[in-house]
Amino acid sequence: MKIKTLLLLLPAALVATFFLKAQQPTGTITINPGKIPVFAIPDFRGSGGAQQYMNAFNSTLWSEIQQSGAFTMAAKTSYPLKVPQQPSDWRQPSPWLTEWSGPPVSAEWLAFGYTAPQDGQLALRGWLYNVGVADVSGAQVIGKVYFGPMTEAGAKKIAREFAADILARFGLQTMAGSRIFFVSDRTGNKEIWSMDYDGSNQAQVTRYGSISTFPVVSHDGSKVAFTSYAQGAPKIYVHSTETNRKLVFYNQSSASSAPGDFTPDGKQLLFYSNSGGLRYFQIFSASAEGGNLRRISSANAIEVEPKVNPKNPSDIVYVSGRSGPAQIYRMNMDGADNVRLTNGEGEAGNPSWHPDGQHIAFKWTRGFEPGNFNIFVMDIATRNTTQLTHGSGRNENPVWAPDGVHIAFSSKRGRATQIYLMQANGQEVKQLTTQGNNMMPAWAKAAN
Amino acid sequence: MSKRTLQVTRAGTMLLAAFMVINVAGCKKKAPPPPPPPAPVTTAPAPPPSAKPVISAFTAEPRSIERGQASTLRWSVQNATDMTIDQGVGAIQSSGSRQVFPADTTTYTLVANGPGGSQTQTVTVEVRSTAPAPPPPPPPTSTKRTATDILSADVTDAYFDYDKNDVRDDARAALTKDADVLKQLFADNPGFSVLVEGHCDERGSAEYNLGLGDRRANAAKEFLQTLGVPADKLKTISYGKEQPQCTDPSEACYQKNRRAHFSPGR
Repeated sequence: MKIKTLLLLLPAALVATFFLKAQQPTGTITINPGKIPVFAIPDFRGSGGAQQYMNAFNSTLWSEIQQSGAFTMAAKTSYPLKVPQQPSDWRQPSPWLTEWSGPPVSAEWLAFGYTAPQDGQLALRGWLYNVGVADVSGAQVIGKVYFGPMTEAGAKKIAREFAADILARFGLQTMAGSRIFFVSDRTGNKEIWSMDYDGSNQAQVTRYGSISTFPVVSHDGSKVAFTSYAQGAPKIYVHSTETNRKLVFYNQSSASSAPGDFTPDGKQLLFYSNSGGLRYFQIFSASAEGGNLRRISSANAIEVEPKVNPKNPSDIVYVSGRSGPAQIYRMNMDGADNVRLTNGEGEAGNPSWHPDGQHIAFKWTRGFEPGNFNIFVMDIATRNTTQLTHGSGRNENPVWAPDGVHIAFSSKRGRATQIYLMQANGQEVKQLTTQGNNMMPAWAKAAN
Repeated sequence: MSKRTLQVTRAGTMLLAAFMVINVAGCKKKAPPPPPPPAPVTTAPAPPPSAKPVISAFTAEPRSIERGQASTLRWSVQNATDMTIDQGVGAIQSSGSRQVFPADTTTYTLVANGPGGSQTQTVTVEVRSTAPAPPPPPPPTSTKRTATDILSADVTDAYFDYDKNDVRDDARAALTKDADVLKQLFADNPGFSVLVEGHCDERGSAEYNLGLGDRRANAAKEFLQTLGVPADKLKTISYGKEQPQCTDPSEACYQKNRRAHFSPGR
């Protein structure tokens, strides 16, 4: 009963909390906690040769706004017959703001516009209106022109750019352009792969023909680090996400290592290793090329998976067996101020920072047999935890999307392990992969 | 070998019995008093009772052949009107020979029937297998087995509890035996080294298991060292849960995968 109540509150409370705490650019529209705004997006039309791309455009714009998880989407069937295509179309009684703000649409926000061929390109004129205001002259929030190639891909591109501008006005980051790096065994060997955040454009990154696993991506999205057994012992490899080329990374000889996280500035890589003949795997830092090796943790226990707080680079969460079964701890970059964050129940692992630096997603067996992990979110300040998955297979490796609203994770539901996407309230679960086993997603912001 | 001896003996016994029968018949002829004078002849008299058939010889030469070779059966029979040899030879004359090509060891039975009764006698042709001679038995010392053979056959895995790297009693017993084999192995093969692999079952975190597999490999190595196995011959590697021996979700399978395993060094 308690859990149910918590869940019902989640979409509002949890999601809104993240929005409010996210860094907000000036002019950001604040969403009131507990109230999810209603968004209306009528189908845009294209003039002449642009119309053939409008199905792709409209579905992309709709899903980008919907997938933000921040809005309730008003059903298209409820929309008025006369749809504005540009600001000069507004006139009483129709089309008029109250047609959109009143029932049955009851929207607060309306995106409208049109596309047309212009100088061989596909041009979008897009507007965002607050339809809740009385005066149409004060309703416009965005009015902008976007250009892309006269192709379906071009139509999707301008739809994503328009969506990104809309989301930015609410302090939300778009997932557009971001990619998920992950491990797949579909070739017969575990290799690193990447895909768009919606599961499209899956592409093989490594071809070592060995075991390549544990991918982590630099915060700017430019590098992916992982472990490979290609030389025998498990060693750290770093590749460029743009060229897929291997970059220089110096591994200590006779050490086994796996990457944990890049620091937000990308200058250091935290990793876990038995470097130096250690009895237990411990947490180290090195430069992005493997130099300046420094041991951070010092415990007579296995310590793995360091993750750097994106808002505070001296704050690290990690996993340790120092109190028995693995639990999540925090410490400073110098190894001091160790505190256990999970309460000691079951086994916990795979911590992942929310972009706000105040929450982590992680996996936990609390209430289940060993190996039956579920995904949880913890508010670091209060240690309050919220369970997002509920016994549907083995759920592991949650990772936050750059928008702070979505979580990708892997789950074994049936014979194979696959990667799923869900909102931070555990809703809208969507499977992204199907071929072979796919696991360990790592989210890469679009590299600029 | 013993089968053939038995058959030869039996054949001899039967010959003896045949002679005895003939002798007894001869005695009968002499022993009774002379018959009364014959009655006046009206019809042809019945022929005198015939002597029993005699198989005076039934041999195979050679008695032992390889498959595909021939053996010659020879026989000599008296007092018989029809004679057959089984195994497909068929009707025969009272004396003669016939080549036979048995595929397997075969016993031929000669049956001779005559007015005086019947006689049988057997002879066996032994067929040896044409398979190549078996290889000589392996030498008693281990020097001819490769070090890799010995490692995979004689060095057993050490098993662990879930999330633990303590060397259990059963693992201590296994490693103690392994230590003896390994010490001999390294003494006999100076260039040989061993990779101690640490493995975990599928339930724990892959990341944590990298550390746990490392501990298991080193726990096994450390135990072997205390028993005098040279440390520089033992390298360790953690496979975490990347190389399970089985994948079914049962404790039996989990236990198989929580192990330190030994493979040839690289």
